[in-house]
Amino acid sequence: MVRYILKRLLLMLPVILGVIIVVFTLLYISPGDAASIILGTSYTAESAARIRETLGLNQPYLVQLGKYIFNLFRFDFGDSWVSGVSVSSELITRLPRTLLIGSLSIVITAVFGILLGVTAAVNQNKWQDSLCMVLALLGTSLPGFFFALLLALVFAFTLQWLPPYGMGGPEYYILPVVANALGGVAMLARQTRSSMLEVIHSDFIVMAKAKGLRRRDIIYRHMLPNALIPVLTTIGMQFAGVLGGSIIIETVFALPGVGYYLVTGCNNRDYNVVMACTIIISVAFSLVMLLVDLLMAMVDPRIKIQFSEVKHGRGK
Amino acid sequence: MMKSDGGDIFLSVRNLTVEYVTKQETVQAVNSVSFDLHKGKTLGLVGETGAGKTTIAGAILGVLPVPPAVTRGGEILLDGEDLMRLDEATMCKVRGKRVTVIFQDPMTALNPVMTIGRQIAEVIELHDAVSRKEARVRAERMLEMVGIPAARYDEYPNQFSGGMRQRVVIAVALACNPELLLADEPTTALDVTIQAQVLDLIRELNSAKKTSMILITHDMGVVMEMCDDVAVIYAGEIIETGTLENIFEHPAHPYTIGLFGSIPKINGDSERLSPIAGLPPNPADLPKGCKFHPRCPQAAEACKSGEIPVREISAGHFCKCRGKAGEA
Repeated sequence: MVRYILKRLLLMLPVILGVIIVVFTLLYISPGDAASIILGTSYTAESAARIRETLGLNQPYLVQLGKYIFNLFRFDFGDSWVSGVSVSSELITRLPRTLLIGSLSIVITAVFGILLGVTAAVNQNKWQDSLCMVLALLGTSLPGFFFALLLALVFAFTLQWLPPYGMGGPEYYILPVVANALGGVAMLARQTRSSMLEVIHSDFIVMAKAKGLRRRDIIYRHMLPNALIPVLTTIGMQFAGVLGGSIIIETVFALPGVGYYLVTGCNNRDYNVVMACTIIISVAFSLVMLLVDLLMAMVDPRIKIQFSEVKHGRGK
Repeated sequence: MMKSDGGDIFLSVRNLTVEYVTKQETVQAVNSVSFDLHKGKTLGLVGETGAGKTTIAGAILGVLPVPPAVTRGGEILLDGEDLMRLDEATMCKVRGKRVTVIFQDPMTALNPVMTIGRQIAEVIELHDAVSRKEARVRAERMLEMVGIPAARYDEYPNQFSGGMRQRVVIAVALACNPELLLADEPTTALDVTIQAQVLDLIRELNSAKKTSMILITHDMGVVMEMCDDVAVIYAGEIIETGTLENIFEHPAHPYTIGLFGSIPKINGDSERLSPIAGLPPNPADLPKGCKFHPRCPQAAEACKSGEIPVREISAGHFCKCRGKAGEA
């Protein structure tokens, strides 16, 4: 198992390297001049040339790329061209917020998505099923930002229960997390329902019933563990959605996280910021995918056996 | 329908009728079936695929999928107690404890993400109110009994072959010393060498504990090996029932006779088998009168309508036929 994790972590390196190269190249060839952004109104040809020289922007593409990657090993993403602040220090304060929103959203997504899906599946074609599926349909069809605005309007402005934007105590996280989780809950509920329905008519469920188990035990001990396997993959994909969604949600609620930072960077053509945020988000995503694969192995013995065979030297 | 000579009847099914109702059609799976099972005996339910055998087992255990299954009536008396009148909670105590089942397909009957040992221990824990630890010890003993090393307790179904899995299913079925065992084609999914082993295993464990059993099969060879009494089912009805000897030596119903005609005999004179002509009727659109008349070589005008009476040919040998076969 440990060997497998190490192998997967090593395999992540080329993926991340690929992301760095693609993002760097795209930004390298895209229009926009760092010097003019940094100088703003005080732009002169000489000072622009001087800045390009100090930033190393006159050097060949490969040299610039090499330097960028080399600096990454020291967690140095360069400075923001607009504010002049080190991007890494910005990320250190912003990343925890985004990760917190992301993880909370995923937890909410998982809990409510699975609960709704199970309720719908075990009451197939009854009113509970219809209710859950209408909710899920609404959730998948409503764009995240629209729902976010709706939440802000109702709970922040009309009812004034929660702050509409900004950063502060825990109450500032509630609306963004809820808004971010909605799409995931809806999609996961649908996924859980369909994979539960696939399991529900299995022979081993009839067998569980024939053993004299109560309905509750059959659902949670026999159906759900089997239905969870495809659901886990969906949860992993949702995490990607949640990270991407944080860009919109953080912008709507003016929450200073990585997503908001990325949007600001894009607007200002602050390429160091854009690059750093993209890389951080893709690393986070790769790690989550690894985590999902490991969880799958815990749940599904058919996958687990592939690792244990390596360990015991059994099989091939 | 078919009366018994009394005695120690353990299970008595009376006029059991089960339909599968969907928006499109109503499938009459089991039509007013009655039979008795004596204590410690084995009854063979024989019939073609789709004749309603598995539905009868499901109805006895109360595990038919609802919807679409609708039980229209009848009684299932287990030791005099009507299982169909029990509430769900009481029925849960019957299932897995007093009445257990061996399923047809061992490849799908086990939960793929639960260890096989746990699947056995679960039923022991549930019914015999023992600690988890003790349940494990007993489950390990069950594994050994069906010929699987106890060391494999913590392995998953995918690590076992079909025959081994069927042994696990048997261990689950016998874990709580049931009074009635429903074996639903226990050997159909297995290859021939394993079939014999599994049948031997069931017979040994059964005779040791005096369990009554209903063996569902379409394999006449298995019936001859295992059963004391036989009931032949066609299109959801029992058309002939009697002792093993009655059915094998003096088959009366044209369908039963046809069944034997379609089995190869090693010392038979004819080179060719004589299959029963035609196909089983569509259970959503059963023929009137005798369900078998469209395929029956002896069908007369009288067979095409009305209720077909059951006649006792000899003591304990009943046949549902209007033709010559039914005449005493």
